[in-house]
Amino acid sequence: MADFRKNFLARVDWITVIIYLVFIAFGWLNIYATNYQEGQELGLFSMLSRHSKQFVYILAALILAIVVLIIDSKFWVLFAYPVYGVVVFFLVLVLFLGREINGATSWFFIGSFSIQPSEFAKIGAVLIVAKILSQFNFSVHNWRNMTLLFGAMLLPSVLILLQNDTGSAIVYFALILVVFREGLNETFLIFGVIGIFLFLMTLLIPFSVLVPLVSLSALIIVSLKEASFRVLLFGALIQVLMFVALIGVSLLGNLELNAEQLVGFAAIASLPVYLWIIWQKRLRSLFVILSVWAVSLLLIASVDYLFNEVMEDHQRSRINQILGFESDPLGRGYNLNQSKIAIGSGGLTGKGFLKGTQTRFNFVPEQTTDFIYCTVGEEWGFAGSSFVILVFVGFLLRLLYLAERQRSVFSRVFGYGVFSIFFFHFFINIGMTIGLVPVIGIPLPFFSYGGSSLWSFTFLLFIFLHLDTDRFDVVA
Amino acid sequence: MRNQFSRRKYVLGGLVVIVAIVFLIKLVAIQLVNPRYKLSANNNSRHRQIEYPARGLFLDRHGKVIVFNQAAYDVMVIPKQILPFDTTELCSMLNLSVDELKSGIVSARKYSPYQPSVLVRQLSAIDYARFQEKLFKYPGFYVQGRAQRAYQSDIAPHVLGYLGEVGVQDLRGDKHYSTGDYIGISGLEKQYENLLRGKKGIRYFLVDVHHQRQGSYEEGRFDTLPEPGKNIQISLDAQLQKYGESLMNGKRGSIVAIEPSSGEILAMISSPDYDPGILVGRERTPSFNKLKKDSLDPMFNRATMSRYAPGSIFKIVQALIALEQGAINENTGFECNKNLIGCHNHPEATNVKKAIQYSCNPYFFQVYKRIIQPGIYSNIFRDSEAGIEVWREHVLSFGLGSGLLVDLPNVNGGFIPDAEFYDRWYGRRRWAFSTIYSNSNGQGEVESVPIQIANLAAIIANRGFYISPHFIKAIDGDITTPEEYTQIKQTTVSPKYFDIVVEAMHDVVWEPFGTGRRARIPGIDICGKTGTVQNVHGEDHSGFFAFAPKNNPKIALAVYVENAGGGGEWAAPIASLLIEEYLTGEVLQIEKENRILDFNLY
Repeated sequence: MADFRKNFLARVDWITVIIYLVFIAFGWLNIYATNYQEGQELGLFSMLSRHSKQFVYILAALILAIVVLIIDSKFWVLFAYPVYGVVVFFLVLVLFLGREINGATSWFFIGSFSIQPSEFAKIGAVLIVAKILSQFNFSVHNWRNMTLLFGAMLLPSVLILLQNDTGSAIVYFALILVVFREGLNETFLIFGVIGIFLFLMTLLIPFSVLVPLVSLSALIIVSLKEASFRVLLFGALIQVLMFVALIGVSLLGNLELNAEQLVGFAAIASLPVYLWIIWQKRLRSLFVILSVWAVSLLLIASVDYLFNEVMEDHQRSRINQILGFESDPLGRGYNLNQSKIAIGSGGLTGKGFLKGTQTRFNFVPEQTTDFIYCTVGEEWGFAGSSFVILVFVGFLLRLLYLAERQRSVFSRVFGYGVFSIFFFHFFINIGMTIGLVPVIGIPLPFFSYGGSSLWSFTFLLFIFLHLDTDRFDVVA
Repeated sequence: MRNQFSRRKYVLGGLVVIVAIVFLIKLVAIQLVNPRYKLSANNNSRHRQIEYPARGLFLDRHGKVIVFNQAAYDVMVIPKQILPFDTTELCSMLNLSVDELKSGIVSARKYSPYQPSVLVRQLSAIDYARFQEKLFKYPGFYVQGRAQRAYQSDIAPHVLGYLGEVGVQDLRGDKHYSTGDYIGISGLEKQYENLLRGKKGIRYFLVDVHHQRQGSYEEGRFDTLPEPGKNIQISLDAQLQKYGESLMNGKRGSIVAIEPSSGEILAMISSPDYDPGILVGRERTPSFNKLKKDSLDPMFNRATMSRYAPGSIFKIVQALIALEQGAINENTGFECNKNLIGCHNHPEATNVKKAIQYSCNPYFFQVYKRIIQPGIYSNIFRDSEAGIEVWREHVLSFGLGSGLLVDLPNVNGGFIPDAEFYDRWYGRRRWAFSTIYSNSNGQGEVESVPIQIANLAAIIANRGFYISPHFIKAIDGDITTPEEYTQIKQTTVSPKYFDIVVEAMHDVVWEPFGTGRRARIPGIDICGKTGTVQNVHGEDHSGFFAFAPKNNPKIALAVYVENAGGGGEWAAPIASLLIEEYLTGEVLQIEKENRILDFNLY
């Protein structure tokens, strides 16, 4: 028995555990710094302050981690459906019994203690995806299987949307990455990603910049595929010539075309030239890429047109709000601007622990929860914020490595599920604080204040670590 | 085997790495390259509080405080912190209309929702006390203390000047000022602004998003204490000034009194005047507009700005120049030939002393002719051209024309014509004495301001020199007067000739047929000369300049009363009352005093 336990502990992936401990420790320091006030001694255990509450949450999380490592990992495989059922039940229940905070009905209150079921729902969702994908006869080409999978995956998302918590709802889409790993046709994913990307870019970047950018990318892809630099050069030349020709035409004809129209027409006018060349050279495969390019241009043009010409001002504003461009009641972009100021003012080495002015004095909203990365940026500077990013990269790559070494499909899919959730949170949260991603309020794992999110992330990570520890016990 | 897709882990791994690289690039951009965020962070959280220094006081020549500071309170507003409040109560406490309050808050918000703006300026102490009690009911409003000027009595508004909000020019030119600060706009407040204003102190605080203070910045390492402005003792005699103002009440005109030995200005009165206390605080703007609209122009300092022909007073200068040039001697006599120029009936002026005593116009016609056309050239035009320049050089040495230094802004230099001036008017060599003879009796093109005439009295009292008239006496108790106000300036006329005109001015007052008989003061040896300024627009201006006592003079002054008639009539008695007041500390000539006080011109 003693032998087994020793063996068990030796098999736990301690690298991941150490990264986890580093994250929660550094995270807590930043929450402490955010609450710190000059000349005001903060008792560690004054239960009113966030840093002491978080301290208790961390202790509970560590106990939780140990419990998860003790519970037999088969429990999760066997009880995936019931666990999923329970979280869905609570997601429904919270709609009726929950209390509203910041417009979202996603909290249960038990005395002064609050719990957010949408955080725990991630566990259920990852379990159910692992369960369904690991079924013996599951096939990504079977539409019935796929409907079940996506239905189960997105049901919590829909329920959370009903709670009016868009940020948490979007997280579930990250699980598509798992399905991708398990064989989802790449074309769907690529088209989906390109579509969303172009839609967002159209709203973010001026038309006259975006179109040449897309055209250039298409040409680069073609030239890579053909392994010929000449294609790239030739293609670009055609576009530029078209552009120049159009300027000439508009000047001669007194057409007064603006830059956007010139760029757009140049791209459209180049299309027949390319098609003719492809026809001549019988390059079938290029036809696909070119079609994608053409469709992209069409999408950009239509989104741009719809957004700027057809929609009313208030509709535009609402879309901007949904996308986070106009999220703050204090004024367009206030959050984002303050967040960037806080991080940017950190410089190379930061202002030093407990010396941040922006985060401590409430200039950044939600600074202990969604914008905790601002404190890192301000007090620890580029050194600290790049450290967090690099450790996160290490953490995520480690998760991929662990997932790939699983022998059971369930464990592997679960691993990918955990990876996808963490990656999505990392991407959205940090991207939002530095202004690369629209403001979507979801926490930074292990850093943001809050018991529910810390515990659910701990659950996810340690269930997977336990599955990993037991990987030799199961037959693939 | 599903693991055919295991290569896709590289896609996912690659995604992580690409995202991380993009994040790191963005971090480099905002943390290391772009300095904007650092500046914004400081603007956000470091609140700079100006600690205003107390402005320097003004003391009179006896050390009595005449201008001091009094606490006033600006009501500040931070729009972002305002919660719904009782507008009616606030408006009534601050004496505002609801619309004024609204527009005040709107413009404050436009300036900045997070930074404080002034809502109401310079609330009185009483209003402040009332407001302070209720302040807790109005989050977003607070009161900032500031000092405003207060005056011991209503004297000398033109000398002291007033303060006003700093203008764009000064804001740009001097780092000391920021918007809303006060600066001396006129008078001594402007002249000695740099001494009076002191040095601002700055305290830095860290503030949170609600502008609540969160402690000092870097333990106050960058904080500076305000340095109070310097107290300035001026040469003004508050009592004499007050008495002079009461004499000039109801009249238009001015008085300047100087201590001849030092050049210190004892009194400077310009009438009509105003109470300097009304150009302070919340009444400033309405008062200012009212004063500006007043047709009598009470803000105009006649003592330094009003140009008059010096009239007969100028005969003294002519006599001195002629003596110096040798055009006449002590005993030169001229017939009172009224064909040359008009005159009144008087005994024959057999010498220069008597000519001054009787103020004989034809006599000085002849004197001026000898100065302008000394006969160096046979051509009278050429002779006049040279003569006027010699004459002018003498006149300028008396502080007339341009160039009299006074420590006040806006001092007019008067005018003394030169050859070039007449050349432009008549053409070169097309004028001679006969063209410009009006100057001989101080009419014509010669013009001076009252302070120049007072200075002229000081020159004669000093027998030939003056010290630039000034107010500055001591700065923070340090009595080393600036060098330019201690330098003795000699006239070009040798001192020996001055005794002659001093005797003549004595006779003007004390001998029968003297024009200044009304200036007599029992027991005081006063010397003076009348000057009637011919005025084509109405009644002549009454002018008189004098000094006393004759030996070792203590006071020299000039008095002008506009549209009051002859110089002896009104200006001379006013001068004598002031001299009596100054030299004896009391006025015994009650009858004379009452005559003046009862005399009203407007």
